[in-house]
Amino acid sequence: MSDLKPKVAFYWCSSCGGCEESIVDLAEDILKVVAAVDIVFWPVALDFKKKDVEAMPDKSIAVSFINGGIRMSEQEEMAQLLRRKSQIVVAHGACAHLGGIPGLANFWNKSTVFDKVYHTTVSTDNAKGTEPQPKTSLDGYELTLSEFWDTVHPLDDIIDVDYYLPGCAPHRDLIINAVTAILEGKLPPKGSVLAPNKSCCDDCERNDSKPDKLQIKEIKRPYEVLLDPKTCFLAQGVICMGPATRGGCGERCINGNMPCRGCMGPTDQVHDQGAKFLSAFASILDANDEKDVERLVDSIVDPAGTFYRFSLPSSILKRKKLEAVK
Amino acid sequence: MSQEHFEPRLIGFLCNWCSYTGADLAGTARMIYAPNIRIIRVMCTGRVDPQFVLKAFHEGADGVLISGCHPGDCHYQEGNYKAMRRHKLLSKVLGQFGIEKERFRLEWVSASEGTKFQQVCNEFTEQIRRLGPLNLNGNRGEHHE
Repeated sequence: MSDLKPKVAFYWCSSCGGCEESIVDLAEDILKVVAAVDIVFWPVALDFKKKDVEAMPDKSIAVSFINGGIRMSEQEEMAQLLRRKSQIVVAHGACAHLGGIPGLANFWNKSTVFDKVYHTTVSTDNAKGTEPQPKTSLDGYELTLSEFWDTVHPLDDIIDVDYYLPGCAPHRDLIINAVTAILEGKLPPKGSVLAPNKSCCDDCERNDSKPDKLQIKEIKRPYEVLLDPKTCFLAQGVICMGPATRGGCGERCINGNMPCRGCMGPTDQVHDQGAKFLSAFASILDANDEKDVERLVDSIVDPAGTFYRFSLPSSILKRKKLEAVK
Repeated sequence: MSQEHFEPRLIGFLCNWCSYTGADLAGTARMIYAPNIRIIRVMCTGRVDPQFVLKAFHEGADGVLISGCHPGDCHYQEGNYKAMRRHKLLSKVLGQFGIEKERFRLEWVSASEGTKFQQVCNEFTEQIRRLGPLNLNGNRGEHHE
């Protein structure tokens, strides 16, 4: 029987597991999905191995949902394997789509990341100073580990991607719509982001509270101010990525009285979300004098990390210049 | 490319109303200046999307100049003020990407300031020559670039 149902695979790469959770969070709806498809690979939940996937004929999986960015050789290998075996590959979630939070490591490189993680964090207990090596000899055996790269990549840097399911993690409605579209064969053109092509502000309930001319006199961080639950965050002087971010996320952050952080990525018209937000944000700073502008700009603690929080590896520059990483 | 034979590649976004006309004046007056700048005319410095600047660096520019009307003189009232704010903020962001702020310059050049345009081009070229090539390409990690 199961041969008749479309085969579906899930895999995770450099991610937190939240996208796996987003599948489980479909709650009762997951039963409909499970009834309609045959899950052939899902390491986080089911006991299939890589060799099971290798044994499948090419293109025999109807769709693979791959979450997480690619920053290690094992992830590259698995992404390429699933690409070979699948008719459709969906980049599932912000990390596969844009690089995501782990992609912020592109302001660093392998050696500085290792130094932090294996040597200098307060909780590290590593007296021998051991670092993971691609090859280690032990008792006459040669052990191998996946290689860690300097740079985190979005999935489409590594393999051809058919669709993008944006968000950190994607909203359940987006997942249900995507799965339904795939099952019914009603898919948009290849390369589409499976979410509305309008900005987060477009749906925002606070949109009406935005003054005709937004002007920011002082930039505040969310913890520095008691946020009004009805007023536009930008009008309150708090950085909100809404204007440069795709909507359709369900506005869970906004409803939780937190500004948009940009996980849905840019709309179709924009390549570089961070640059586009920078452009919009600078234009509403209420200063025309060079000194005043400088003061405002200086008060933004980490502009690159804030504007590119989810999209650094898929931005125009992709990473900090390697030679400049110290 | 060795430092000695390095010729800086500069991109200049010049506003139609002041700086492009200023550059034109430098040309028609046959002022001699460094030929390193490639000029792109835009209607206003406020039209310069930060994505243009990033793209210029990404595609091999060693320096990017934005030049427009003096404060108060913008043909569209406030485009140059927006450019100034974007320039300050983008300079800080470029620093975080490991691109020196000296590589991204904002200048006010009016339609009558051919001499100033000549000066800016010469100075900027020499400044970038001293800094050396940006060499962004080939510096994006050892994999998949």
